[in-house]
Amino acid sequence: MNIPFLTSIVIFLPLAGAVVTMLSKSESAIKWSALGVTVLTFFVSIGLYLGFDPAISTATVPQLADLSGSWFPARFDIKYFVGIDGLNLLLIMLTTLLGPIVVLSSWNYISKSHKPYYTLLLILQTGVTGVFAAFDIFLFYIFFELTLIPMYFIIGIWGGENRVYAALKFVLYTLVGSLLMLVALIYLGYAAGDVVNAGVFTTDWYKLVSFNMPIEMQGWLFLLFALAFAIKVPLFPFHTWLPDAHVQAPTGGSVILAGVLLKMGTYGLVRFCLPFFPNAAQEYAMTFAVLAVIGIIYGALVARAQSDAKKLVAYSSVSHLGFVVLGIFAFTVESLQGAMIQMINHGISTGALFLIVGMLYERRHTRDMGDYGGLASSVPMLTFFMILSVLASAGLPGLNGFVGEFLILVGSFKSTVLDSPILIAFATSGVILAAVYLLHMVYRMFWGTIDREENESMKDLNRRELALLIPLAVLMVVLGIAPAPFLAKSEPAVKELLEMIESKRIAAEVAAELRNSVAYVAPEAVEADEPEVLSPITTH
Amino acid sequence: MDPELLIELVILLPLLGAAFNGLLGLFQPAHRTREKLIGTVATAMVAIPFLIAVYLFATFDGEAIVATVFTWMAAGDLTVNFAFRIDQLSLLMTMIITGVGGLIHLYSTGYMHGDDGYWRFFAYLNLFIFAMLNLVLGNNLVVLFLGWEGVGLCSYLLIGFWYKDLKNSAAANKAFIMNRIGDFAFLMAMFILFREIGALDFDSLLAGASSMDQSSINWAVLLLFIGATGKSAQIPLFTWLPDAMAGPTPVSALIHAATMVTSGLYLLARLSVIVLSAPVIMTVIAVVGALTALVAATIAITQNDIKKVLAYSTISQLGYMFLATGVGAFYVAIFHVMTHAFFKACLFLGSGSVIHSMHHVEHELAKDGHGHELDAQDMRTMGGLGKYMPATRMTFLISTLAIAGIPLFSGFFSKDEILFKAFEFGYDGHLVGWLVYGVGIVTALLTAVYMTRAYVLTFEGEERWPHADTIHPHESPWSMTTPLWILAGLAAVGGLVGIPAVIAHGDLNWIHHFLAGDQAPVAEYAVHGHVPVALEWGLIAFSSLIALFGVGLAWKWYSTEGPAFDEKLSARFGGLYRLWKGKYFVDEAYDRAIVRPLIGGAIHGLAPFDKYVVDGLVNFVGFFTRGASFTLRYIQTGIVHSYAAAIVFGVILLGWLMLS
Repeated sequence: MNIPFLTSIVIFLPLAGAVVTMLSKSESAIKWSALGVTVLTFFVSIGLYLGFDPAISTATVPQLADLSGSWFPARFDIKYFVGIDGLNLLLIMLTTLLGPIVVLSSWNYISKSHKPYYTLLLILQTGVTGVFAAFDIFLFYIFFELTLIPMYFIIGIWGGENRVYAALKFVLYTLVGSLLMLVALIYLGYAAGDVVNAGVFTTDWYKLVSFNMPIEMQGWLFLLFALAFAIKVPLFPFHTWLPDAHVQAPTGGSVILAGVLLKMGTYGLVRFCLPFFPNAAQEYAMTFAVLAVIGIIYGALVARAQSDAKKLVAYSSVSHLGFVVLGIFAFTVESLQGAMIQMINHGISTGALFLIVGMLYERRHTRDMGDYGGLASSVPMLTFFMILSVLASAGLPGLNGFVGEFLILVGSFKSTVLDSPILIAFATSGVILAAVYLLHMVYRMFWGTIDREENESMKDLNRRELALLIPLAVLMVVLGIAPAPFLAKSEPAVKELLEMIESKRIAAEVAAELRNSVAYVAPEAVEADEPEVLSPITTH
Repeated sequence: MDPELLIELVILLPLLGAAFNGLLGLFQPAHRTREKLIGTVATAMVAIPFLIAVYLFATFDGEAIVATVFTWMAAGDLTVNFAFRIDQLSLLMTMIITGVGGLIHLYSTGYMHGDDGYWRFFAYLNLFIFAMLNLVLGNNLVVLFLGWEGVGLCSYLLIGFWYKDLKNSAAANKAFIMNRIGDFAFLMAMFILFREIGALDFDSLLAGASSMDQSSINWAVLLLFIGATGKSAQIPLFTWLPDAMAGPTPVSALIHAATMVTSGLYLLARLSVIVLSAPVIMTVIAVVGALTALVAATIAITQNDIKKVLAYSTISQLGYMFLATGVGAFYVAIFHVMTHAFFKACLFLGSGSVIHSMHHVEHELAKDGHGHELDAQDMRTMGGLGKYMPATRMTFLISTLAIAGIPLFSGFFSKDEILFKAFEFGYDGHLVGWLVYGVGIVTALLTAVYMTRAYVLTFEGEERWPHADTIHPHESPWSMTTPLWILAGLAAVGGLVGIPAVIAHGDLNWIHHFLAGDQAPVAEYAVHGHVPVALEWGLIAFSSLIALFGVGLAWKWYSTEGPAFDEKLSARFGGLYRLWKGKYFVDEAYDRAIVRPLIGGAIHGLAPFDKYVVDGLVNFVGFFTRGASFTLRYIQTGIVHSYAAAIVFGVILLGWLMLS
């Protein structure tokens, strides 16, 4: 099966859908066309899953690639370049899967301005998919920024009482990071272009990774990139925009935010920071791992302190994504594979938690856990899905969360880059804390006797809500007991990536040593050259 | 038949049962009231696996069989398969779990009759059996861990089964979180083993252990043991088990006595080769086990809630098993796991039968409007129940004698073997052996006392509930007494599989040969010097006397004076008794030292810190930027004169700079 432009279709189908919703007149036409388009996109994206063959190396070119000529005059090698490899396949699948779920979750929740809402939602999906599929970093940047605008409006218009503040904070915070990344990106394009692209500025991912950057140049470029992604993840201490954004965003916004937008950060770390700047990435690995582990524990404890259920789930994201970042900076196949699958798992289980909290909010218009209590008696089905999601989120073996956490931890423990059993012990304590805050939430909201009439008469899940939750529940179980086929999709790419990082790291070190020995032989000659050869800004 | 297929069936059937009752009940409310169907399906889904296990046992030829179903996860060097292992150890455990489990399912069909959550109860119970079977049949540590956490989940769900009372849910949370602390250690042990050996299946682990350095081995074994203290309720992680009695009584019998709490022993027995290569940690295990046995036994003496007595008794007996493990007698620990499963399940089910009938008394009292509050589990308002409940009494008595270690009852054989192994370990030159032997003997005396106390206070003497002359409890239905009789029978004769070595040179000690013989999975500490036969007989006589003495003493005390005798004990032991009665104040200490600082710190420390410091800084940057721009905008006045003045001023400044 070989459909031309499949990747591009998956990216732009939602955008085409946005045109349809924009032209639709009635509310139901808008909703149904949004749903239709997202469902269709999901089914088309299955073609990507089936069409992608992990046995074929993506070391020089991605699969199912779509490539244009350069957009700019010959001085710039900037192209439309998208494709699929082991690193982005599952994230794209997650995005297309959450598409219809987000639309359905908004069905009744969104009560005003349907047309712009669904239009923005669809534009957002195009942006996110594009981010994951892009193999040109300039294109990546465009999609990256494209996701900001719809999300800004989704929070700012359809959000809660403090929505404008949250939306502004979200945009400004992310923008600070991404603008710094833009500076680094331009610098990188020139520096790499000089060496690997006959002096022509390039943003082609494959050309950029083939550029063996001198160690001295890596440090600050790495930090600029990593900061942008660390804010997006968010990594402690750059996380405070997240609870605000989550609490204020409508359910659909929260789901897409937790489900895929945060993954742009972790994905960016894997896709760009590691292979572009291998030496710097390893040099700063411990710093990032420590921040990640602080995030795991800190996020969990602050989650425990919340009385707002949605805020609790938001802080749990800080904790969970700490695991992902830890896995990324441990530089082992096990841990990076764990991080890849954990990105998916987090999208599913936290997505489900946000959905359920949103369903409760729709019924009672409160997020305060104290306003609930004893719900297990009145809404058994909702309780079942809640507990299942909680258990998945808490990393119970047999459900999806365990697989990612286990691989991350087992891999990080043997990591020679980190080589810190104590740090991993702290990270592992996150499994205790996850049980503490998640069971606390279940305890307060679902157990006990009902003491409010509104809770007594609460309606259990309807068909639409079941249709939302059942696919996620099934995936929790499937990814929990049979993650192997999914892991197999990314394993070769992850291995290739780590091998490439290792060989680039050694090459850069050898090059640096060579320069030093040259400096030893002929000090005056190098002294004269130094300002031109080396960047004036060094990391040391 | 193909054993691989059969073992998959053994594991799958309880899961199917759980899914059938659970999902049907959840989505089809009409299903919830079909008690007959629910109970039959659930019981059959455990009984059939039991029959299969017996068949596998009968046809087992001593060669371990591994059934690999499919790959769970694979990444880098790590490959984890859903693979299940049939060998002596797992077969024995499977038979215990499905056998005792099946009986408890049958019992529950009567016990839970009329409960709103009947369907839920059996779904959880089946799910538990499924998880427990994964635990004992899994061929690698990760599948074992799946079962390990799975039984923890079911324990959580069943302790909090009556969720409308938040006390039960709090006990459930406590159990789950304390277990997770143990699981944390278990995970860390796996990380060490994987780093050192590169695999987590048992064959690789046992083969690779010899290549590990001593410090890694010590850490791994210590962490595994800490994991075991969580699940098996040992010091320091034992306080969840008494609270876990909040669950329905069959749950206490199945999960919190016969099966789940013994998984720590199973884990250490399964990895006995590795444990044996960490002698320092074995000493720790022996001491912690002995200490737990003693501490829990002293608490048990002071409890008035019949289930609490049994709960502390369980902790104490588990302590014995760890003691055995610590002196390298892994097979004896498993032997005691088995006999304990019989008599303790019987005792718990017996107490359930008692509680069942006391609830009846409670209802009668309420109906008559006597206005009495009655705690159906408080032994002080029982007494003389033997008259009304002959079957419950008889089976309870048999089990009491078994746990007390009266000769020829099952507990006598297994407990005596533990004490002997401790003695032998000491005789072999390990000081710790003597120490734990001494503690074991004292605990044996205490065991005989507190169990006899419980039996006498419940079944003998005069009836102490209000209006006992008119309100009579009655015996439970057949579905409940049948399991009691079967378990009591096993509690009586089950010890014969382990005739001590002093008779026929150990040839009759079947369980030793089965578990620890050639090619069998359980290793054991090899003694250098054998204890003389005469001394061995002497030891047996000594511990028998201790047991008889304890039973006799308690019988005399409590049959004449009833619960009032506790006051005498209290007066005699003073502060010590208060310490026992207060459960050594461990809960209070944990609460003050860990729980409150952690939760309080999160609420009053970290959350404000996050809001005002971390986020405060971010907002400060924002406000600063905005403030600066508000200030700077005044420069852009739009007045041409001032712009011109600025230009002139600038030119002068530049010129001055260039000239100077």
